[in-house]
Amino acid sequence: MRTAGLRRLFGGLAAVNGVSLECHVGRLHAVIGPNGAGKTTLINLLSGELAPSAGRIEILGREVTGLAAHRISQLGVGRSYQLTNVFMRFTAFENCRLAAQSRLASSMRFLRPATRYREVNEAAARALALAELSGRENTVAAELSHGERRQLEVAMTLATRPKVLLLDEPLAGMGAEESARMVELLRKLAPGHAMLLVEHDMDAVFALADTLTVMVDGAVLASGTPAAVRANDAVQRAYLGETDD
Amino acid sequence: MDRQARSLQVLLLAGLVALVAFPFVGEKFYVQFITKVMIMAMFAMSLDLLVGYTGLVSLGHALPFGLAAYALMFVTPEYQAAGFWTSVAASMGVAAIASLVVGLLVLRTSGIYFIMVTLAFGQMAYYYVHDSKYLGGSDGKFIYVRPALELFGWKPFDLENHTHFYYVALALMVFVYVSLRVLLASPFGRVIVAIKENEHRLRMLGFATFRYKLVCFVLAGMLAGLAGWLAAAQDGLVNPEMLSWHQSGQLLMMVILGGMGTPAGPVLGAAALKVLELVFQGWTKHWQLLLGGFIVLSVLFMPRGLAQIFNWKRRG
Repeated sequence: MRTAGLRRLFGGLAAVNGVSLECHVGRLHAVIGPNGAGKTTLINLLSGELAPSAGRIEILGREVTGLAAHRISQLGVGRSYQLTNVFMRFTAFENCRLAAQSRLASSMRFLRPATRYREVNEAAARALALAELSGRENTVAAELSHGERRQLEVAMTLATRPKVLLLDEPLAGMGAEESARMVELLRKLAPGHAMLLVEHDMDAVFALADTLTVMVDGAVLASGTPAAVRANDAVQRAYLGETDD
Repeated sequence: MDRQARSLQVLLLAGLVALVAFPFVGEKFYVQFITKVMIMAMFAMSLDLLVGYTGLVSLGHALPFGLAAYALMFVTPEYQAAGFWTSVAASMGVAAIASLVVGLLVLRTSGIYFIMVTLAFGQMAYYYVHDSKYLGGSDGKFIYVRPALELFGWKPFDLENHTHFYYVALALMVFVYVSLRVLLASPFGRVIVAIKENEHRLRMLGFATFRYKLVCFVLAGMLAGLAGWLAAAQDGLVNPEMLSWHQSGQLLMMVILGGMGTPAGPVLGAAALKVLELVFQGWTKHWQLLLGGFIVLSVLFMPRGLAQIFNWKRRG
């Protein structure tokens, strides 16, 4: 996945301003930055929920700029949300089954019960197992704990068998133990996916990232290996400085 | 969940047995009355597919119902019976085409705008029919002969006979009920239910939700068309009131009263409203007042509808 000169205006404000970055399978690219830096807007642009004002997006060698969100998803891009966004009245398994069902050639199937599609059930079970939710399949999403719902969020994304994963603060609001479990999960996923991770938790970011991009006011301030970014003066001043001292 | 499902099954079976047995003991008036109720129940089930399951609150569902009724009038020769299958196909076909055209436009809106636009389309059709001489204008038109089914000279039933008509309506109502159960359990059905829950997330999972809503809208229209065909055949009459927004509104009331998004809710709602109408009409000419009061009270105390009575335990 590659972007070039990506830009999105909200009124006169450039929420994302000339962002160019790359993300490859097997690599985890983390994006950090203060609140309002445009990180979530960036993800919304990549997933097709917002159309860019300028610039281009390429995924798996195909230009997808301006494509509808569901088409981008079908190309193999999965995203998870900062605020949990699951089907609350469905069980964990039903959530994942629905996600896996999206990879059938079509869901315009009217007769056979949805529960009897073996390949869909297997994909859903696999995604749940990967996210370590196996014991909770039959629990309604509304009754899962916050951390479990975050895991479910990722499991649903996985059930669509994406090649590119866009993760918007998967650790948001999690306790230490839940965070550790999520970091483990992300580490497990890294080899098979191109991952873009937006995250505030610096320990997690430095533990996971192969490449690190710092965004401030919609623009890229610095980008490189975590060690190089950490040593960057501008970053020290603008962002990390506050916490390091 | 198991107990709930079983109690519903027992209840449905008991209701079915009672309905099958009724014509043996009931007077003609009541047999015809229950036929009407069953037709409304089918009509209400078709609306519930939109309102209760997909989250599309349509206030124009009388449109496919009424157009299908007029389609039967159109294909019936003056002093001869229309063919059973051809007239059903004509009615459902007209309902499908109308729903497709309306759906393509209205499904671009949502929420309160969806309600307004479906209402507007319904009223457009109403006034067109109301002011068209060739369709009988405000008086409507008679259908002198009911459709007939003939297979190589053999007639399995005669719709001119009110008992036969009753059983045909019962069979079609069961058909609609079972079709909806099958449909909702299918992959398509799961998508539909998820649209009501969280359409945005569904799109992000890769579903082109508009397409699913459109197909759902057309299917609901076709089932409403089947009900419209039956209603026209029973009354031997079509008139613009079948298309009016009163019709759509009353139907919505039946669905809400019975319980949106529940299997038997619309059937209960249709039965309750029609039976109470009959009872209150016998008491006073201000029966509308009593009916309105009943609806207010039931919505206050049973927000999930009459179906709530039969859910002794909630899920979980």
